[in-house]
Amino acid sequence: MKALILVGGYGTRLRPLTLSVPKPLVDFCNKPILLHQVEALVNAGVSHVILAVSYMSELLEREMRAQEERLGITISLSHEKEPLGTAGPLALARELLSDNEEPFFVLNSDVICDFPFEDMLKFHKHHGKEGTIVVTKVEEPSKYGVVVYEGETGSIHRFVEKPQVFVSNKINAGMYIFSPSMLQRIQLRPTSIEKEIFPVMAEQGHLYAMELQGFWMDIGQPKDFLTGMCMYLQSVRQQTPERLRTGPGFHGNVLVDPTAVIGENCSIGPNVTLGAGVVLEDGVRIKRCTVLKGARVRSHSWLESCIVGWSSSVGQWVRMENVTVLGEDVIVNDELYLNGANVLPHKSITDSVPEPRIIM
Amino acid sequence: MLKTVILIGGPQKGTRFRPLSFEVPKPLFPVAGVPMLQHHIEACAKIPNMKEILLIGFYQPNEELNRFLMCAQQDFKVSIRYLQEYAALGTGGGIYHFRDQILSGAPEAFFVMNADVCSEFPLPEMLAFQKEHGDTYSFVILGTTANRKQSMNYGCIVENQQTNEVLHYVEKPSTFVSDIINCGIYLFTPDIFQHIGTVFQKNQQDMLLYADEGDEQSNGWHRAEVIRLEQDIFTALAGQGKLYVYKTHRFWSQIKSAGSAIYASRLYLNQYHQTHPERLATNKDGGPKISGNVYIHPTANIDPTAVLGPNVSIGTDVTIGAGVRVRESIILHGATLQDHSCVLNSIVGWDSTIGKWSRVEGTPSDPNPNDPYAKMDSETLFRDGKLTPSITILGCNVNIPSEVIILNSIVLPHKDLNRSFKNQIIL
Repeated sequence: MKALILVGGYGTRLRPLTLSVPKPLVDFCNKPILLHQVEALVNAGVSHVILAVSYMSELLEREMRAQEERLGITISLSHEKEPLGTAGPLALARELLSDNEEPFFVLNSDVICDFPFEDMLKFHKHHGKEGTIVVTKVEEPSKYGVVVYEGETGSIHRFVEKPQVFVSNKINAGMYIFSPSMLQRIQLRPTSIEKEIFPVMAEQGHLYAMELQGFWMDIGQPKDFLTGMCMYLQSVRQQTPERLRTGPGFHGNVLVDPTAVIGENCSIGPNVTLGAGVVLEDGVRIKRCTVLKGARVRSHSWLESCIVGWSSSVGQWVRMENVTVLGEDVIVNDELYLNGANVLPHKSITDSVPEPRIIM
Repeated sequence: MLKTVILIGGPQKGTRFRPLSFEVPKPLFPVAGVPMLQHHIEACAKIPNMKEILLIGFYQPNEELNRFLMCAQQDFKVSIRYLQEYAALGTGGGIYHFRDQILSGAPEAFFVMNADVCSEFPLPEMLAFQKEHGDTYSFVILGTTANRKQSMNYGCIVENQQTNEVLHYVEKPSTFVSDIINCGIYLFTPDIFQHIGTVFQKNQQDMLLYADEGDEQSNGWHRAEVIRLEQDIFTALAGQGKLYVYKTHRFWSQIKSAGSAIYASRLYLNQYHQTHPERLATNKDGGPKISGNVYIHPTANIDPTAVLGPNVSIGTDVTIGAGVRVRESIILHGATLQDHSCVLNSIVGWDSTIGKWSRVEGTPSDPNPNDPYAKMDSETLFRDGKLTPSITILGCNVNIPSEVIILNSIVLPHKDLNRSFKNQIIL
């Protein structure tokens, strides 16, 4: 089977992290975002993954070749040289996707959840129509595009974008499975799949909704990245708790790479991910944070809801909170206070940031 | 023989020092580890022939003041007495009211100092200067240089550069007059009382003249006795050949607010290298790491992994836990700073507690370091409707929970906080 992952462009919402590394390669809970999806696809029988990108990255190409080897599959890159919207990339990859009659997956690259690819295949084959959309229940549907469908069969009636009044609390989770015949509906031009393709398919009775069980998050921006991390770690606790670190000084769900070094009298968690080679010195208190590879947090500092970028160094007695994001190789001097600071790579911070702002 | 009068004010004065002044009279607030007044007294006690120090103010007699007086008498072997005014009589009215006490024993001269100044007290130099100026002994004001803009917040002195006579004096002018300002430290001879007496008589006559303007008669005497040295005496004496200014370039600052107490601490702690090196903490095995000038009372209990300084004063019975960082702050007696907490530019009140990993931080209001004549900015609590960032003050017995931040805030006494606060006054 095949899958198309809509990787898109520069990942600007996840800056400053994506200034150093293309978004698919940003580590989410110690594994590149893309790999969470690709490994789940491979487990569901996918042998060919196509990445639809609008900007080519050598780093991405190299990494994908390594994964091809490792996983024993084919990974192609489909490069849109001009913007094609959310449906156009499918047309661009038409040849690759329709070389046989099997349905293919399409995913939004920012999505993290307990991937239900086997269930999607079963559900799709069962109704036998052209398309299946995974939907998920959210608390604030008016922030998203909402799907109205028939509860029993899943047959979709209509879509409503960011509804002002309550229509439904199920939204498009960004994961689809289509039959190849559906590709005939899409032309090679900028096309919105939600606005132009889906409504027609729904009207013709060719679009069904499958409700996702378990957690779901779009991790395309730092605040949601951290929320998604909490959800994912909770899911790990339920399924493979041996992966989490426990013991004195560890609270709640904490994921620690075996090469990370932790000092004395630290208090870690809940909801912390420490990447390879990370060092936490004595007396560090850290909760709801991701610390990326090679970063160091010096003694007695206090971090909550932060992302610490690769190889960064946080000084002693620093306080960081409120979705402070440090890009790659950032140095934060001792005794500073960072509140919602968004710091670009290779920057040295010598003054406190008491109110949220961007440090270039 | 010589005497000194220190004007210590009263509870209605010095309100900018709240909430710290709720617990202790401002003149007794510890600066660089010892009560503010003690720096004045130490300087006076060094003068040979200094026979008596009189504190004049309108505080009701209280335990702290009495205790301080007793200890000071024993330590300094000079007579120290408190004379309580029946009402706030002003900087001139107070000394005039007690002139008999001041003049008893026939001192040939006496210093008058405000309690809320921080200074190197060049008293011997002022005495020498007094002998060389004027035909008989004259009156001397200690002056220093301020920058043009800030000078208008003080008493301004226009000086004859050759004779050092004060030609003109005006208190807090609204336009620039002179960059030489009044330090609040004076050297008088007994003749000063003649001049004050003249003003007093005039006040009385004015009272009688305007007596039928509906004011109560009972206030009359009191209001005649309220005399301000600066506006009522110096302004009149300027240019009469009796008033001179001795300019100093050594350190001087007012202590009006908590922020200036931290700045004054820094100045005095630095002076300890010459005057009291035993009061400065040093790096020792098994002790905390000391950076810059730090005062630690011997009864304080400090974890060896703590890092203190520069400009830190630690009071009696303070407990400082592991990995604590304190910088540019005053920690008052009985306070507890738990492990990994961080205190910067703050005053932590008596018996307060700061929880683990918490951060208590203020903003210093130091004079511009690039301007040698800059003084502390006139500190207003609010600017444009918002609280001006300043030193964080925790009043007495305030409890800060773990892992929070208290930034640029003032917390009144006996308060238990349960979350972070920034830029607020917490009642």
